[in-house]
Amino acid sequence: MASVESDIFDIIAEKAGVEREEIVSDASLEDLEIESLDIVEIVFAIEEKFDVHVPFNANDQALAFETVSDVVGAVQALVEEAGGSVE
Amino acid sequence: MNRVVITGLGVISAAGHNAADFWNQVSNGQSAIGPITTIPTDALNVGIGAEVAGFDPVEYFPKRQLGMLDRFSQFGLVAAREAVCDSGVNFDDEAGERAAAIIGSGAGGQTTLDDSYYAIYAEKKTRVHPFTVPRLMINAATSHITMEHGVTGPAYSVASACSSANHAMGQAFLMVRGGMVDTAITGGAEATITVGTVKAWEALRVMASDTCRPFSKGRTGMVLGEGAAVFVFETLAKAKARNAKIYAEVIGHGLSSDAMDITLPDANGAARAISGALKDAGINPEDVDYVNAHGTGTTANDVTETKALKQVFGDYAFKISVSSTKSMIGHALGGAGALELAAVVLGMRDGLAPPTANYCEPDPECDLDYIPNKPREMAINVAISNSFAFGGLNAVLALRRFDG
Repeated sequence: MASVESDIFDIIAEKAGVEREEIVSDASLEDLEIESLDIVEIVFAIEEKFDVHVPFNANDQALAFETVSDVVGAVQALVEEAGGSVE
Repeated sequence: MNRVVITGLGVISAAGHNAADFWNQVSNGQSAIGPITTIPTDALNVGIGAEVAGFDPVEYFPKRQLGMLDRFSQFGLVAAREAVCDSGVNFDDEAGERAAAIIGSGAGGQTTLDDSYYAIYAEKKTRVHPFTVPRLMINAATSHITMEHGVTGPAYSVASACSSANHAMGQAFLMVRGGMVDTAITGGAEATITVGTVKAWEALRVMASDTCRPFSKGRTGMVLGEGAAVFVFETLAKAKARNAKIYAEVIGHGLSSDAMDITLPDANGAARAISGALKDAGINPEDVDYVNAHGTGTTANDVTETKALKQVFGDYAFKISVSSTKSMIGHALGGAGALELAAVVLGMRDGLAPPTANYCEPDPECDLDYIPNKPREMAINVAISNSFAFGGLNAVLALRRFDG
């Protein structure tokens, strides 16, 4: 699990301009001052990195991410679904 | 200053290929949103749009002319032809010199661009159609309209994304009002349902998965539309002199820039454009009966637009009938403001406000009267039509019913 999580932390840090140390699983995206356009870019980077399609819609509350672990969990599920290996 | 009236209009949209069909569908609250059928959908995640379905350009243009016409120019020409015919105006001799053509388009010849790139990158072709450049340029629709009707005065296109049509019609209004011309052919045309553009919109993550339900709880975003609406604006004096049928009077135009964010809208910027239009028209907020909202169906727009309306109208905001016709004809981007003005003009004529279709239930942050799902019989004496573009460029038009 660590690898996906670590890669996602790297992506969030880079795209949102947040210090890598500040990113922990239960950190809320709002507290990290990550805005909806940042999330759009983060999701794009994740899709490119893991070759998955993340069904994220900025207008749909049901598909919203609140914490860093929400993002990690969603991506891990998608990677597993796609038959990829998650360490 | 001249009073400016609308004496002709033409429409081509997902809701019909002429003004009568368009209004019949929109005034009845029937959504024209459906599965995308005009382009291959295998690469798309978004499968819905508001397409001008069943449009065969050969019925409108000789084959030789079609080589020069991107789909957006075809739409512009079809709508302009209907508008000019409807108004009965002619542009012979000096009348042509005293006329303007100003058409808004956000993106110009996207179908031409998409086809050309596909030919080069996918089909590995070594050449593209010889008229690729004149077809794709954003001013193509305007130029073809001038040629078809003999408009030899000021002519140009306006590009301000989703506000293009309102900015174009605002320019035409100012020119006729100020006396630079007597007549203007003006509106907006757009045709951006291509694989490349739909992919680009998907990437922004703002596209609805089900349908477009502006201001409603449970809305999931916008739906792309396409089409054109074109009007004949002319001085009241000229219209009267030739006994023209008059639909409505254009009374005000308000413009502003958010200067905030490239995609997120700002309530203050929107409010400045709305109040600017009221001030320009010399009317009070309480005079406004109906607002045709920008109402894209995105979370950000609908909440921001609601805030802006409350900022300008105060408690009276709750008494105004507001609707978004994008719920039926999608978001035609640079053509949107023109299609929406057509709904305003025809609503004034018939005393009937079009509804916001696909509305489910109130969103606590969108708490105005959005005319949910069913049209409303009401006298519309004064109306405004809002457009708020990506890039924070806002343009609002104010209209008054014409009683002679």
